[in-house]
Amino acid sequence: MSNDIRIKKGLDIKLKGAAEKTLDSAIVSNTCTIRPEDFHSVIPKLILKVGAKVKAGEPVFYDKSNENVKFVSPVSGEISEIIRGAKRRILAIKIQVDKTQTYKDHGKLDVDAATQEEVLGKLLNSGCWPFIKQRPYDVIANPDKAPKAIFVSGYASAPLAADLDFTLQGKEAELQAAVTALGKLTEGAVHISVGKNSNSPLASVSGASIHKVSGPHPSGNVGTLINKVDPINKGEIVWTVSAQDLVIIGELLLTGKFNAERVVALAGSLVEKPRYFTTKIGSEVATMIYDKGISKDANPRIISGNVLSGKEIRPDGALDYYSNVITVIPEGDDYELFGWNKPVFNKISTSRALTFSWLNSKKEYDLNTNTNGEHRAFVVTGGYEEVFPLDIYPLQILKACMYKDLDEMEALGMYEVAPEDFALTEFVCVSKQPHQKIIREGLDLMLKEIG
Amino acid sequence: MSLKRRLHILKRKYRGSKMAPAFNAIHTFLFLPDETTHGGTHIKAADDLKRTMNTVIMAMIPCLIFGMFNAGYQHYAALGDIQRVSAGFLSPEFWTLDNFLIGLIKILPLVVVSYGVGLGIEFLFAIIKKHEVEEGYLVTGMLVPLIVPVDIPLWMLAVAVAFGVVIGKEVFGGTGMNILNPALTIRAFLFFAYPTWMSGDKVWVHGAVERAATPDAISGETILGSLAQNADVGYSVMDMFLGFIPGSVGETSAFLILIGGLFLIFTKIGSWRIMLSSVLGALAMGLIFNWVIEAGVVGSSSKFYGLMNTVWWHHLLIGGFAFGTVFMATDPVTASQTNKGKWIYGFLVGFISIMIRVFNPAYPEGVMLAILLMNVFAPTIDHYVVQGNVKKRMKRLKAKTA
Repeated sequence: MSNDIRIKKGLDIKLKGAAEKTLDSAIVSNTCTIRPEDFHSVIPKLILKVGAKVKAGEPVFYDKSNENVKFVSPVSGEISEIIRGAKRRILAIKIQVDKTQTYKDHGKLDVDAATQEEVLGKLLNSGCWPFIKQRPYDVIANPDKAPKAIFVSGYASAPLAADLDFTLQGKEAELQAAVTALGKLTEGAVHISVGKNSNSPLASVSGASIHKVSGPHPSGNVGTLINKVDPINKGEIVWTVSAQDLVIIGELLLTGKFNAERVVALAGSLVEKPRYFTTKIGSEVATMIYDKGISKDANPRIISGNVLSGKEIRPDGALDYYSNVITVIPEGDDYELFGWNKPVFNKISTSRALTFSWLNSKKEYDLNTNTNGEHRAFVVTGGYEEVFPLDIYPLQILKACMYKDLDEMEALGMYEVAPEDFALTEFVCVSKQPHQKIIREGLDLMLKEIG
Repeated sequence: MSLKRRLHILKRKYRGSKMAPAFNAIHTFLFLPDETTHGGTHIKAADDLKRTMNTVIMAMIPCLIFGMFNAGYQHYAALGDIQRVSAGFLSPEFWTLDNFLIGLIKILPLVVVSYGVGLGIEFLFAIIKKHEVEEGYLVTGMLVPLIVPVDIPLWMLAVAVAFGVVIGKEVFGGTGMNILNPALTIRAFLFFAYPTWMSGDKVWVHGAVERAATPDAISGETILGSLAQNADVGYSVMDMFLGFIPGSVGETSAFLILIGGLFLIFTKIGSWRIMLSSVLGALAMGLIFNWVIEAGVVGSSSKFYGLMNTVWWHHLLIGGFAFGTVFMATDPVTASQTNKGKWIYGFLVGFISIMIRVFNPAYPEGVMLAILLMNVFAPTIDHYVVQGNVKKRMKRLKAKTA
């Protein structure tokens, strides 16, 4: 079964420094860092203490609100440090990595014969559950409520994103196992999107409905897929899984091992030789970014994730739990004389107000992190709609979140969105408003008040 | 030490102090700030509010310069010192230094007072409320001198600007929060507070007021004024289009306004939906009135006859319609904010403009009141457009549960 989805509204941001399709192995990281803040709205309860030995796949903490949701160590080693912040909140758990890796054996599962309970139990116990997120609210899925459908985006349209066709190569068996297993968890279908002209290994999996998407970013966002295929209504739940996490889930089901290995793209204009690495979740990024990467005197912004919705990390930081790209772009902490009125050729703009990016849509840009202006009240209208393909009024829903009108947020479609859906409107925003933060806070409020 | 470095040190020094907003406002005019993204997207598009506002101002500059020449030209032509234009847009009678000097002397003070008073109040509010100075007034400050009569006393303008900025904008929370277009609020204040000044036939040409009731009296009648009195217009259609007619400072040249409008549409700053639908609305109302005359419902003795009988598309060229449509109806804060809403809003602005123009005997200029009226209704239009989306979502839910 194949359906075409064509997106017209959106914006492809073409940046310099896309990763070449060559694969290196990253140097094995000495420490592995798990940051509970990667798992939004989870309050961690530690199982192990500093000094404890863990195997890869052994639980380290669980979610306070749901004991069944366990978070496992991606590596084997010894817990060396637990960094806490204000009110003893856990900021990071550091694990000293063993020279030889040992894996906890979770046992194989014959996915074709397995029942729903077996699949559910296996995923929960093995620590694969955090890979499954739910909408509404864009948080880790609640295992007690079955979703109406499960969505996977196999097409990455974000700027400098890792090409999923490349990173998933040769993982057909794992993908198939994971998709079959997910199919048991929902009464509805597993919807997978692939690029129209791609040869994604996902295109040939059975037991899922495959959608071919085309058009500018955010055509590859899972939120766009949901909105075009089967939008979420009040009271309904859908689950989403990233394509690269299907591989980990699949491998666990096939071998019983939680292998946190992931193909990660190192990209961005400051990287000397952008390419792909095989590494593990939580690895130090320093193992990758300095090998033919950033020069010593550069002033870089290192991002775990893509430039639109990734997290800023320090050079000694670690790859976060969900990302498969590390982006390095220049910081823009400098003044620009008459930058607000002179003609601009080296930045992207959707307008033509003495900005000339419309002249050449194929040009690749070297953008830095300057905001290009100060934070203002919402003034200009009509710009967001041009880059926002969902059937939702973006400006109105943002304002509803700001004045915290729960009824209006619900009516305008808050159950359907995640912060990343508003990344492009944030990028083009003339008033430099933090759209993703506004939406995240709106979702948190709804989660707290409505649940 | 470079200027950049020195200003950076000063900015650090002022940070957190009361004067910070005022200093930053001036600093950010010289330099795009060194702010970087934190949380959210790590890169941002090139446009900011200053660039947007600046684009609108650039679109108005030709109107301003033309208005300066026209002020002198109307003055000398009324006195009989020079010939009427003869050779189209580039007529030598029009583009003379004498004409320009009159305009410069009369209009530059209007610009200075408008910006001085308006920005002064903006700075004051920014300091009191401890936020950055927002750019909204940059456009308003340029609009105001263009929509007032050339001979308006400066004190009157200053009072009106103060009223418009405080009551029209700041009490609602400043730029982005206002309901009424501040420039039109200023215009409306002038109109209602000083009606004898702002209407009649004496204020539109420089020198007409002081010469009134003397043997040298000159007429400063606008085309709308003549039409309202069922009098002969006395200007060719080409004059109206190019703008060699008396009227508010920057509103006369439909030609330059058209160019400004096309520029705004090209840069994607102005909403083409509002401009186009407003023109359609005005044409529709014009056609209806023409039809009423043709059907003989209103005879030539009626006081509405002159304006009703105006050829339908001439309405676009006379009075402030073109200027209002291009530069004021499109104000994104006070117009409808949804794309569908913009069509409805624009159409009604045009439609009601011409209706008020014809039926208002005291002051035959409907655009100002029409836009202000539609400003008030814009949120209502948006509400119903958004409700359409909400209903669709509810229907989807019902179809699912049923």
